[in-house]
Amino acid sequence: MTQGQRTSPWGRWGLRATAVTFLLLMIVVPLAAVVERGFTDGLAGLWEDLHAPAAMDALWLTLWTALLMTVINTVMGTLTAYVLVRYRFPGQALMNALVDLPFAFPTLVTGVMLVVLYGPQRAVGGWLQRQGIEIIFAPAGIVLALLFVTYPFVVRAVQPVLMELETEQEEVAYTLGASPAWTFVRVLLPAILPAVVTGALLCFARALGEFGSIVIVAGNIPGKSLTAPVHIFGEIEAGNLRAAASISVLLLGLSFLLILFVDWVQQRREHRSVAVSV
Amino acid sequence: MLPSHPEPAKTGSGLGGAAISRGFLIAVVVGYLLVLLAGPLVAIVLEAFDQGLAPLWAALTQPDVLHAFEMTLWISLAAVLLCTLFGTVVAFVLVRQRFIGRAFLNGLVDLPFAVSPVVAGLMYILLFGQQGWFEPWLEAAGIKVIFNWPGMVLATTFVAIPFVIRELMPVLQAVGLDQEQAAHTLGASRWTTFWRVTLPSVKWGLFYGIVLTFARAMGEFGAVLVVSGGISGRTETATLFIFRALDERQQVAGTGVALVMAAFSFSILIVMELLKSRTQEAAQ
Repeated sequence: MTQGQRTSPWGRWGLRATAVTFLLLMIVVPLAAVVERGFTDGLAGLWEDLHAPAAMDALWLTLWTALLMTVINTVMGTLTAYVLVRYRFPGQALMNALVDLPFAFPTLVTGVMLVVLYGPQRAVGGWLQRQGIEIIFAPAGIVLALLFVTYPFVVRAVQPVLMELETEQEEVAYTLGASPAWTFVRVLLPAILPAVVTGALLCFARALGEFGSIVIVAGNIPGKSLTAPVHIFGEIEAGNLRAAASISVLLLGLSFLLILFVDWVQQRREHRSVAVSV
Repeated sequence: MLPSHPEPAKTGSGLGGAAISRGFLIAVVVGYLLVLLAGPLVAIVLEAFDQGLAPLWAALTQPDVLHAFEMTLWISLAAVLLCTLFGTVVAFVLVRQRFIGRAFLNGLVDLPFAVSPVVAGLMYILLFGQQGWFEPWLEAAGIKVIFNWPGMVLATTFVAIPFVIRELMPVLQAVGLDQEQAAHTLGASRWTTFWRVTLPSVKWGLFYGIVLTFARAMGEFGAVLVVSGGISGRTETATLFIFRALDERQQVAGTGVALVMAAFSFSILIVMELLKSRTQEAAQ
């Protein structure tokens, strides 16, 4: 695509300057402020903040709950995409629409809904508690909230790839006597793997920063159910802005690496599909 | 970053013929969806209507609840306006212009998706709060950003920046330049071309982006909580009210406002579904 030759250079430069200024002011400058505060006392200060026991506990909790959720939602999301693309059944259109629900819902409302359903004084939650299963005010609640909030990512990443895929190869494998499970692992999975990985990484990156649903569900007990974003909030409230910024820098760094990796996976996939079509 | 939303294909027979594994897979997925998404949804409806309509209505018409809804509406509208105006310019520049640093700008657009809302709030505290970068200037000018609506608008705008841009870019790309050039050849000015040719052909994509932006903005909680201080009757939005109500054991009011927001989000979901088919028609 060429640049519109017809537009005057003034108009072009004006638009470009507006776009650049907006993104710099709204995104780069604010992020720079966090990084600057995290490093005010150099690496030693940053290291000290991250090494505080409360911060370590919170980071560890955030990492393992996000990881567990990612495993579950990667499997269930891939399965959902498969069922939505390959099968026809009543209620399917409704189900396809319902997948987007977490994107439309405020995460705080998600938290409220989960407490209402699984809280220890509610019917379902009370029953579970008598079975010895603690959800609200426990790590299980955090995982549950994350499962809800990130559910669409894998589904919406895998679905379009699956739709473009011909069913021929699968049918050939099946005709040759391969079991459905074997066909899935050897034929389908290699084709959709980049999309699955993309969806999984987006899930994980999103989960690292989740706040609204968790702050309601988790009970935020230090050392037990206090995640990194909630810990950052606590530090801001307490006026420890450097500590808050230090932990933010770590979370930001991690998320950026994940996003970069997602871009890389997607570009590789595009290159490969171009190569195939040539 | 935004996953696309395809409609299911009309054909396809599935993995071989095994009816049992087909039924089993569908049951697993539908079951997961019911437990994960539908269960909590039903629970909050039952909870909010638990004590009948009268207490719910009384709770929802309290002055601080009404003020919170009003606050949410104004903050969201302001954020939508900023995101739409500047987002359209950014999308236009990223699609139609080639320059050094374009890839970098393109990457920047996705960053708000990767930033925790709490961190987004912290950014504005560090810029405009006490000992913040711009605090001396603001102090001199007598402008209060933190614990006030400008900070809330900025934080909400930040988290919602990507939507309009990411929805508009593929549509702009697909539309191309032919029609615009034709209009220009026929003597239309650049403004006329933009309003009469470009905008009508991308309007559904733009509208979809605006709906997503609004949904994200009115549901924002973490960033606004950090920036606003949640002063009841002044800087308290609907989500902040829910948070305070649950803390103060105002169960009916808290779940009631949550239910209203859930219902609103649900209607946004329906609008999104309708728009999807429109945008797909436009793309073809």
